[in-house]
Parts: sequence; C-alpha cells; structure tokens
Amino acid sequence: MFNRLFPNKILSLNNKFFIHLIFLMICVIGVGLIYALLISPPDSVQGNSVRIMYIHVPASFISISCYAFMGLISILSIVFKIKILPFVAKSIAPVGFVFALVSIFSGSLWGKPTWGVWWAWDARLTSMLILNLLYIFYILSWKLIKEFENANKVSSFIAIIGLLNIPIIKYSVDWWNTLHQTSSITLNSAPTIHYTMLIPLLIMFFGLIIYSLIVILMKYKIEILKLKLKKNKIY
Amino acid sequence: MLSKKVKTRLVFLSISLLFAVLLTFFTLKTLKNNIVYFLSPTDIYNKNDLNFNKKVRIGGLVKEGSVINKNTSIKFTITDLKNEIFVSYEGSIPNLFSEGKGVVAEGRLQDKKYFLADSIMAKHDENYNPLEVKQILKGNKN
Repeated sequence: MFNRLFPNKILSLNNKFFIHLIFLMICVIGVGLIYALLISPPDSVQGNSVRIMYIHVPASFISISCYAFMGLISILSIVFKIKILPFVAKSIAPVGFVFALVSIFSGSLWGKPTWGVWWAWDARLTSMLILNLLYIFYILSWKLIKEFENANKVSSFIAIIGLLNIPIIKYSVDWWNTLHQTSSITLNSAPTIHYTMLIPLLIMFFGLIIYSLIVILMKYKIEILKLKLKKNKIY
Repeated sequence: MLSKKVKTRLVFLSISLLFAVLLTFFTLKTLKNNIVYFLSPTDIYNKNDLNFNKKVRIGGLVKEGSVINKNTSIKFTITDLKNEIFVSYEGSIPNLFSEGKGVVAEGRLQDKKYFLADSIMAKHDENYNPLEVKQILKGNKN
C-alpha cells in the first residue's frame, strides 16, 4: 500500500479513488453528526454544550498527531535525505493547522458556558496555542523562503523543535494544575465517558481522520505534480 | 550499514535533541510556579512567602453545604479535602458552579484562610454522563 505514496504512484490515485474516500467520509461524518447532535443525550452537568466535544476532541487529537508525524518525518528527512519526505511533511501541515485552530475556537466556545471564561492561560491552553504558532511558522517558512533547500532546512528545524511541545500538550493536565480537565480516554484505564457519548465521539474521530487523509493525499499529489512540472520547466 | 554521512547527521541530531529536551525540562521546572494555573488550599497552607497584594488563583472543590447565597454576594469554602479556604465573592457565577464540584477563584488572599475573589470559574472534571446514568450512579453510592 505504501509504495503508492512514491512520486510515480501517487499520480495514479485518480479522482475515482478520492471520490470513494469522500463518499465514505460524508457517510461516516453524517452518521456521526446525527448521532452526536440528535441521538446522544445531553450531559448531566454541561447540558447540550457537551456536543462541542464531538468536534473538539478529534480536532485536537488530529492536529497533535499531524504535528508528531510532521516532526518525525522531518527527522527522517534530515538524517536520510530521502527526496520525497519534505513533500510528505509539507502536505500534512495545512490540515493539522486547520484542526489546531478548530480545537482552540471550539474549546473557547465550550469554555464560556462551562468555565465561565473564553480563555485561560493554563498549561494545556497555552501549549495548544504554541502548537498553532508552530504550524504558522512552519507553513510560512515554506511560503516565504524561495530556495527549496533553505526552506526545507528551516521548516524541518521548526518541526523538530516543535516536537518537544507535543508531550507538553499531552501531559500538561497531569503535570500541573490546569483549568482544563484531564483526559477521559486513556490507554490504561476505562474511558470516563458514558458509552452513549463515546460512540458518536469515536464515529466523529473516524470521519475526521478520513477527511484529514483525503486532504493530505490531495495536497501531496499537488506537490508532486508541481515538482514534475518544475522538472520539465513548465511551472 | 549506515553511511558515514548519515551517521554523522544522526549523532548530531540526537545530541542537539537531547540538549533541547534538557533545556525544556529545566525551563519548565524553573517556571513551575508560573505554569500552575491555580494553587490548592494545601499549597497556600505550606507556602511561606505569600504576597497578599498579588493576584492569585486558588482551586479545589466547593465544600458540600458551605455555599451561602445572599443577593449578589456569595460565600463558600474551597477544600482539597485536607485544607480549606473561605471565599467571599460578589458578581455573577458560572452555571456549572455547584457544591462538590471543582472551582477556581481568582483574587487576593486576605490571610491564609480568607480569600476575596474577583472572578469565579467552574472546573469540569473528565466524567461525562447523561442525566439518567448520573442518578443511577448517585443511587448506587448511597
């Protein structure tokens, strides 16, 4: 499956492939939204604002994972100098950034009715804001630096240094007192979300991950196309 | 197996990353007092260098049965089940504020046991339950 990601193969992922994926995504997100907004019960404490969680949690998770992948791929790219890796890392950035923004804004919308404030400078919220800034720096370094090798070096540097922020985001709620609650879904214990709320959350997770894959693959395909056009001196 | 160039880059990157991790670790350790969003009543109790003019945030649970509501003012006790602080506040409170739930209050300490709050935030825990389930859970507890 992975050899499809090589420059020559990615171009063979035609519209049909994407249409299938998009169709799957619409179905999953559709079911997820119906479940999340209509079927699942309101929370006993938060009431209906719990429904923001169905977007907020997957968005945060995806933006953090995207950054982690970006950083790891940048490490591989710096060490092994594999030609396509910078393009893979570059393709992951936009979707991660969008979800980081969604995470901040949906969290803010949730915070006002729940905590009573839109924003608090606690460790979780601040480290998430830093993630947003890192994404902006990363994307800008590709946009503003014209020469490819330099842009690659600078952006990889940002991506790798930013990796340090990932465990800080993840464990901020455990290491320090924060206004943000600790994780409800952890690897080593049962989730503290009732199953009627867990199911729509997982469906939304799945749907938004498919969405991210589509956007990343499309972006990657465009990057490779650009590369080919440049090689043939058309673009 | 690995070529010399790759090895050099790998070593260089590992050493730089190690330094970056150490740097971050010590920075966070030093800044701990600024990073924690609120202090618990026990933190306040153990603290010797309290600055009563500086704004602080204290957090914990609203003690059951301690809330006294009078028109616009509210008085309650924040507890971490070890130490307690008496809080007085005037203004609007968030909807989720209730006895036995988490709360963070921002304001000034008058002394180690008395706190004058400027704003109140409710803290939500990591449990999500529909109403019926919560009643059942409550029933099981009693």
